[in-house]
Amino acid sequence: MMGAQVSSNRAFYNQLKKYYTYYTGGFLVFLVALAILEQLGMPRVWIGYTFLFATIALYAGIGIMSRTADVAEYYVAGRRVPAIFNGMATGSDWMSAASFIGMAGALYLQGFDGLAFILGWTGGYCLVAFLIAPYLRKFGQFTIPDFLGARYGGNAARFVGVLVAILVSFVYVVAQIVGVGLITSRFTGVAFEVGVFLGLAGILVCSFLGGMRAVTWTQVAQYIILIIAYLIPVVWLSVKHTGIPLPQIVYGSVLQKVTEREKQLTADPKEKEVRDIFRQRAVDAKARVDGLPGTWVEGRAAAERRVAELKAANAPLAEQRAAEKHLADFPRTEADARRLWSGQVTSNNARAAPPLPHYEPFYSAHTDPVKADAERDRKRKNFLALILCLMVGTASLPHILMRYYTTPSVQEARKSVFWSLFCIFLLYFSAPALAVLVKFDIYTLIVGKNFADLPGWVAAWQKVDPRLLSITDVNKDGVVQLAEIVLGQDIIVLATPEIAGLPYVISGLVAAGGLAAALSTADGLLLTVANALSHDLYYKMINPNASTQKRIMMSKILLLVVAILAAYTAAAAPADILFLVAAAFSLAAAGFFAPLVLGVFWKRANKYGAISAMIVGVTLTFYYQATTQVWLRGVFGVTTPVAEMTWWDIAPISAGIFGMPAAIITMVVVSLLTPAPDKQTQEFVEHVRYPSLKGDTVVTLGT
Amino acid sequence: MQLTEKHTEYWRKNLNLTLILLAIWFVSTFVMGFFARELATIYFAGWPLSFYMAAQGSMIIYLVIIWYYARTMKKLDDEFGVAEGDE
Repeated sequence: MMGAQVSSNRAFYNQLKKYYTYYTGGFLVFLVALAILEQLGMPRVWIGYTFLFATIALYAGIGIMSRTADVAEYYVAGRRVPAIFNGMATGSDWMSAASFIGMAGALYLQGFDGLAFILGWTGGYCLVAFLIAPYLRKFGQFTIPDFLGARYGGNAARFVGVLVAILVSFVYVVAQIVGVGLITSRFTGVAFEVGVFLGLAGILVCSFLGGMRAVTWTQVAQYIILIIAYLIPVVWLSVKHTGIPLPQIVYGSVLQKVTEREKQLTADPKEKEVRDIFRQRAVDAKARVDGLPGTWVEGRAAAERRVAELKAANAPLAEQRAAEKHLADFPRTEADARRLWSGQVTSNNARAAPPLPHYEPFYSAHTDPVKADAERDRKRKNFLALILCLMVGTASLPHILMRYYTTPSVQEARKSVFWSLFCIFLLYFSAPALAVLVKFDIYTLIVGKNFADLPGWVAAWQKVDPRLLSITDVNKDGVVQLAEIVLGQDIIVLATPEIAGLPYVISGLVAAGGLAAALSTADGLLLTVANALSHDLYYKMINPNASTQKRIMMSKILLLVVAILAAYTAAAAPADILFLVAAAFSLAAAGFFAPLVLGVFWKRANKYGAISAMIVGVTLTFYYQATTQVWLRGVFGVTTPVAEMTWWDIAPISAGIFGMPAAIITMVVVSLLTPAPDKQTQEFVEHVRYPSLKGDTVVTLGT
Repeated sequence: MQLTEKHTEYWRKNLNLTLILLAIWFVSTFVMGFFARELATIYFAGWPLSFYMAAQGSMIIYLVIIWYYARTMKKLDDEFGVAEGDE
């Protein structure tokens, strides 16, 4: 029987290989055809629409072909996804809009310190491989709460697990849907809210009919698109600057040139002149803040006076309008004035700083060695803390761990982690190269140019959104200085095709890639939430006698409800994407890591320990986020100064650094204070530890 | 069900391997990160060493140890008769 299964797996693998090879070939042909059409004069907007609708139609097609009513197919894709395909699916499940669009930009802006994201989002797979994936696969049911319920005897642990899984995945999915809305609206010109619901339709066609099976096969397709879309522009840019199409190998020499250029720009007198202007503006703003409330009262009176004077003197209309606008923009209350002007102090001071040395870890601009050391120390601490949170979070996110249920065996699950990381690696080791190449391009080709000679893409992006890119001639010399450029994080990836001088079709491809990244992650997450509700809450706890038909029906209805709820929340766009994503990682790390890992490696761990660990971990992490993160502080009305609520200078993005150890300690202490788990649980632990065990009476494989 | 000595031996070997690989993971991430400023003065093929490690080197180490784990555990499964399909 085993032999027959192996050969059927083999045949299935060959079939998949054939399909996806054709698919990739077809996609490349599509790309070339569009490039030719562009040369023949196809308008840009049409190219954007073609990409958007062609790719969504493609995912829908795969989704419809994969429709299923079988439970094992619906929840775990029939448990026959070969390691390498599961790796690709995990890769696109994993890489979200933040990875695809935001990461290279974060590396550009933060230099070495931004590499915490690269390390954290890859190294976590070591923990998945060594501590979790093989054991979960042996356990072989459907969800993470399933494991908690089986290991920690009963519904209490399962229920807490359901709550944590929903909290984590919902926070994360909202961030993804915001990303989908942004991409859709930017490349087709529809409103953000419309973009959100268009994207939602794209997500639902993938997962609604076929559950995990459909999600798996669309995710593989999405991985292929997103990796092609990421690599083409980077390779091209590398050829432009080094003549070699292997950016990841050769950008070391470009980094050296960037470092030299940074030194020149730091010492350049014209650059200094611009930075001094910003420093002066910061000083002025500070004086206005210090002079409150008098400065506000006088400023307002002066603005009103000027409007009245101009009107009385019958001055030219343009001058009158300008004065009226100045009055209308003037802060309405003293508190508004304080907020606005304090913000100006910070932003002008930031622009007065010389360029950040890209390669230097934990850079400090302080000249006082004591202060500089303190700042470096703080940066190093946060760098390491963020890495740990992202890594442990990786090994605790239910939508990723769930993927390892879908491989045919424990050995395939272990191999599959390797392929997952390999697929992620292809993008992640290109992102730092992209950041350096774009930096070199801007430092050498944009800086020092006359404003009149700037390439067309600069003006075009400036018009799309000045927060993405804005260059203003601050010192009025007609030449671009580096200090006059403001870049938003997302522009780096979005504008790379144009910076590299590629045709517009590649810009469309990049948008399609970003959309694929966001959609695939959102799919996996929505399925996780819907399954936690339909499988764990409804089937396992409320109605264990439900027929398979009813269970799948229930899951589909819930999928729809959760999707609409998430889109509704996203349309209200509550906080920035990066914080939402990082918050999800911290919460997952604090909630799931201890019960999952100790559940396998420590037989003495019991349900009291696990339940209290999840509650303590998540509560503590959330408390820290709520008291230190700007937006959450507003929501909960926290007024105590941030400095008092901050522990050891740790930023709210790494809140999990407190929740994780708290959860582990709680779990150990509470387990030891309460009775040891029964013999059945001990046997369960042995069961998951061995891929197969002679005389094993425990059966966990779900059907 | 009673575990045989062979089973205990398998689990012990698995734990040893896991611990060694986790130690490599820890050093290539956190020890490297902690001493990043010191390592930045050493150059590797054009890159400051800490930049190279954080941007590429550590990731390559992760890939290698995960691959090595899968390979070694497969051998161990076969050697101790606990591979799937052996029951």
